[in-house]
Amino acid sequence: MAWYVGRRFLQLIPVFLGATLLIYAMVFLLPGDPILALGGDRGISDALAERLRERYNLDEPFLVQYLLYLKGIFSLDFGITFSGEEVIDVMKRVFPVTFQLAVMALLFEGIFGIGFGLIAGLRKGKLFDSTALVLSLIVIAVPTFVIGFVLQFVVGVKLGWLPPTVGSNVNFKTLLMPAIVLGAVSFAYVLRLTRTSVAENLSADYVRTATAKGVSRSRVINVHVLRNSLIPVVTFLGADLGSLMAGAIITEGIFNINGVGGTLYRAIIQGQAPTVVSLTTVLVIVYILSNLLVDLLYAVLDPRIRYA
Amino acid sequence: MKIRRFAGFAASLTVGALALAACSNGGSSGENTSAQGSSTGIITTNGNEPQNPLIPTNTAEVGGGKILDLTFAGLVYYDADGAPHNEVAESIESDDAQNYTIKLKSGWKFTNGEDVTAKSFVDAWNYGAKLSNEQLSSYFFEPIEGFSWEKDSELTGLKVVDDLTFTVKLVQPESDFPLRLGYSAFYPLPEAAFEDIEAFGQNPIGNGPYKLDGEGAWEHNTQIKLVPNADYAGDRKAKNGGVTIKFYETQDAAYSDLLSDQLDVLDAVPDSAFATFESELGDRAVNQPAAVFQSFTIGEWLDHFGDDEEGKLRRQALSYAIDRDQITKTIFEGTRTPAKDFTSPVISGWSDSIPGAEVLSFDPTKAKDLWAQADAIKPWSGKFTIAYNTDGGHKAWVDAVTNSIKNVLGIDAEGQAYAVFADLRTDVTAAKAGEKSKLTGANRSGWQADYPGLYNFLGPLYGTGAGSNDGNYSNEEFDALLKQGASDTNQDSANATFQKAQEILFKDLPAIPLWYSNVTGGYSTLVDNVKFGWNSVPLYSDITKQ
Amino acid sequence: MPETPTRPDQQHFFAQLDETPVGVVDSVDESAAPASVWKDAWHQLRRRPMFWIASVLIALIVIVAVFPQWFTSVDPRACDLANSSLPPSAGHPFGFNFQGCDIYARTIYGARPSVTVGVLTTLVVVLIGALVGAIAGFYGKWFDSLLSRVTDIFFAIPFVLAAIVIMSVLYDQRGILTVVIVLGVFGWPQIARITRGSVLSVKNSDFVTAAKALGASRASTLMRHIMPNSAAPIIVYATVALGTFIVAEATLSFLGIGLPQSVVSWGGDISDAQRRLRANPVELFYPAAALALTVLSFIMMGDVVRDALDPKARKR
Repeated sequence: MAWYVGRRFLQLIPVFLGATLLIYAMVFLLPGDPILALGGDRGISDALAERLRERYNLDEPFLVQYLLYLKGIFSLDFGITFSGEEVIDVMKRVFPVTFQLAVMALLFEGIFGIGFGLIAGLRKGKLFDSTALVLSLIVIAVPTFVIGFVLQFVVGVKLGWLPPTVGSNVNFKTLLMPAIVLGAVSFAYVLRLTRTSVAENLSADYVRTATAKGVSRSRVINVHVLRNSLIPVVTFLGADLGSLMAGAIITEGIFNINGVGGTLYRAIIQGQAPTVVSLTTVLVIVYILSNLLVDLLYAVLDPRIRYA
Repeated sequence: MKIRRFAGFAASLTVGALALAACSNGGSSGENTSAQGSSTGIITTNGNEPQNPLIPTNTAEVGGGKILDLTFAGLVYYDADGAPHNEVAESIESDDAQNYTIKLKSGWKFTNGEDVTAKSFVDAWNYGAKLSNEQLSSYFFEPIEGFSWEKDSELTGLKVVDDLTFTVKLVQPESDFPLRLGYSAFYPLPEAAFEDIEAFGQNPIGNGPYKLDGEGAWEHNTQIKLVPNADYAGDRKAKNGGVTIKFYETQDAAYSDLLSDQLDVLDAVPDSAFATFESELGDRAVNQPAAVFQSFTIGEWLDHFGDDEEGKLRRQALSYAIDRDQITKTIFEGTRTPAKDFTSPVISGWSDSIPGAEVLSFDPTKAKDLWAQADAIKPWSGKFTIAYNTDGGHKAWVDAVTNSIKNVLGIDAEGQAYAVFADLRTDVTAAKAGEKSKLTGANRSGWQADYPGLYNFLGPLYGTGAGSNDGNYSNEEFDALLKQGASDTNQDSANATFQKAQEILFKDLPAIPLWYSNVTGGYSTLVDNVKFGWNSVPLYSDITKQ
Repeated sequence: MPETPTRPDQQHFFAQLDETPVGVVDSVDESAAPASVWKDAWHQLRRRPMFWIASVLIALIVIVAVFPQWFTSVDPRACDLANSSLPPSAGHPFGFNFQGCDIYARTIYGARPSVTVGVLTTLVVVLIGALVGAIAGFYGKWFDSLLSRVTDIFFAIPFVLAAIVIMSVLYDQRGILTVVIVLGVFGWPQIARITRGSVLSVKNSDFVTAAKALGASRASTLMRHIMPNSAAPIIVYATVALGTFIVAEATLSFLGIGLPQSVVSWGGDISDAQRRLRANPVELFYPAAALALTVLSFIMMGDVVRDALDPKARKR
């Protein structure tokens, strides 16, 4: 086990190099010259543009740019943004907020998705099952910006129960609504995955055996059905943490959250390679660690799975 | 200045100006400050994270401009109507519109105690103009003698006479030079700035009505806190306990905050609320014309749109084919005013009856007729497109304009979307230079005034070889009129000359004028005395909050 | 069905011979090939009403997508601002959107691009994802390490970045296929993870051991025994993802890197309706409802197919 975990950590190195190289290359391939956009519609003089390209190493060939970036990282210098801010400061600012938000969203979709999915699976074909289906359809078909807007307008503006935006007040109360909006689509996935797994496992041999042995229904469900149904759900949730952190662009916009999604989006649109690569590298690490955690959980949920 | 694109999902065209904070209590004398009673509440308002450190000569966008205009005082400031009044300047004099003598009032101080002297201005302008300082607004110093795009050079046209006097020599006569001096690029800097300009950019030391609330008042991407500057000696004295500018990624979020009284003043209503904000806010809604002009530019290099008879006919036909009244009414819900010229109604000298302006009316028959005439010269082929950047909320009107053209002229027309603004700029630049480019047709264009003068809407956009002349337009007669107007020291006759120049534009149509952007905004129930200036920015120092 | 005795000595009664044709019950048709899972599944499916409901719905959607002109004679791209936001009227059952286009015609014509994007992307994603996930889970060892780490990298590549880059490289070919490529190339990692997890938990089952003991090759074990038993989460994920891909196309359109402007799609209309959220939400309702109906029919279909493929469910 320890060897397995150690090996996984060693794999971080090639993944780090591969991911940074790939992403740096993609930023390099972005269409348009980012410096030309700095002057807005007025444009920018050739002399000034040339100097700015030099300052941000944009006049170097791709591999040189990448190696300069890597070199910087080893001395903990992640580069600077076009506005002169250290990228490391950007990361220190956005990751804590986003991490809180993503974890809250994950908890929301995990608790409610698994809960609703379990009940729906146990009562397959009944009223609750159909209601859950309709609920997940709404969440899938109605775009995030609508869900966010409606929730913000009703709960935040009209009823005044929760603050409509986050801004500088990052706490549980302000993040509650954004977390629900952010987790909404994944909630539908978790609900459907749980429901199907539960329904499937209900008819498994070991459940019948357990029931036949006289094990109580709640124990059958909790220990046998649910535990064996959780593998796909846990897999999904594990990989979703990173997606929630990176993909909250719309939610962050609606609730004015200063997080990873929006920062990354703007950096991409503006062609700011150091910011994009640095933020993404952290995200790769988040994916790897949460997927490792999920792999270890497999062994807990299903004793037949063993890692050497 | 340009109309800044606005990153963010539901963002719409920003109306927030490059804040020339035209704040005034109405008069030009400093006596009646706080006569209307001051208050102690701190006002919250919307803004954007500045894209650059807060150095006046390196700030060319809305987010930083709004802060600088509150924390600095220049030689002049603009009142609500865009009229300039002396602020730090005692007098600005010239006989020939080329050599200026500028005298300063005494007693002005920066917030670190330094005196504001002639040197504060001359050093700041030299810093901004120097090539190796890489300042984005350096082009503002281009008219001053000694400026160079090639190498570091001193502005030899600037001479310090004594502590409170300096002279400026321009390369050529420019009568609206004094008018420009309220723009942020011309603000003074204290000596302390040059010791460590990077630190200064994070904690600027100014001489304006407000100052930063200590070190770290600028919380990046979140907000910046400004408090009244007790040493401020001008007319824009703060009548409130301070201004906190909260940074928003989307105007929708800011609007939601306004509706729930979490935000006091908003200067940009999101397009999703265009239809409803006036009923939701009642008399707290603001919707008035602003110094923002919008158009689309048709490059002369395009097939069918060259500098010839066919090109002119097609441009005229397109202009007649656009129903500006209906589009501003339905798509913009009355938050745009159909264009009558190439400038803006808030600028002194504006006229809605320049000969040739009838080309801006909607006339399907005439449009079809002109188009047919052009077809007789050379048959039309292909599709008419208007390129736009998708992060600026332009899609709706581009769709409406192309639909209008399609319905009237019976040709295929649609928008050409660019996800990356830099990509659009690169393509426009390449197309201008005759290089390979994805740009298939026209591109959206617009202008927000740097200072309230007609020339500012014409020279930079349509002068031969000018920086923002995206269509490669060139007309000797037009250039000559521009030059004549610029050197005319009589404002009225200068404006008449500029209107003559516009007559030429109406014939050639290098860009098709669409509409003037209104400033749309509103304020919460907690504040009073909210008034918006000519440049779309609220007059913050006058606002009271208990 | 009466209890079927499993061993002769457990029999408690003898039925009349003429009531119970022993010969038929006990006889084994030795010439018959063992029924494949897929054939079994079809037998199952035919008996489920839900299968037929879903089939009819999907058929209807496909017909609308292929022959939109059968359902409306209005041109979805004929928009006149004079009709902006008009309520329903004769010939225009859903009214007009703010650009003055007929909402009903746009909903009908939007089906083809949207459904094509949704279905094709789902197929691409399931093929790549299931293959990668199955190989990683089944073969393990360095296969797993390599494929899983590649998956991790793909997870972390920002979707917007990849979309802009791919779309600008394929600028001249932009259309439904490029959208499918963008969504597909970055949609598969999640399915790969889920498949891998599912395969991991199934591959130690008794029936797999039995298949191996019977001499089934590794590939056939994977395809015939493991995959059908790991299919449930893949199907569930895919049916939900189908809808989210259609919505994702809206995001791409919004960014200007989706379908060309001339293509009418539900996603594009949903994103256009965003600015009308406060004023006239109806514009949003119809494309979203069409999307919901499509997702519903595929979810129902996925559900019955899963039941049919699952040998455990069949025993009931």
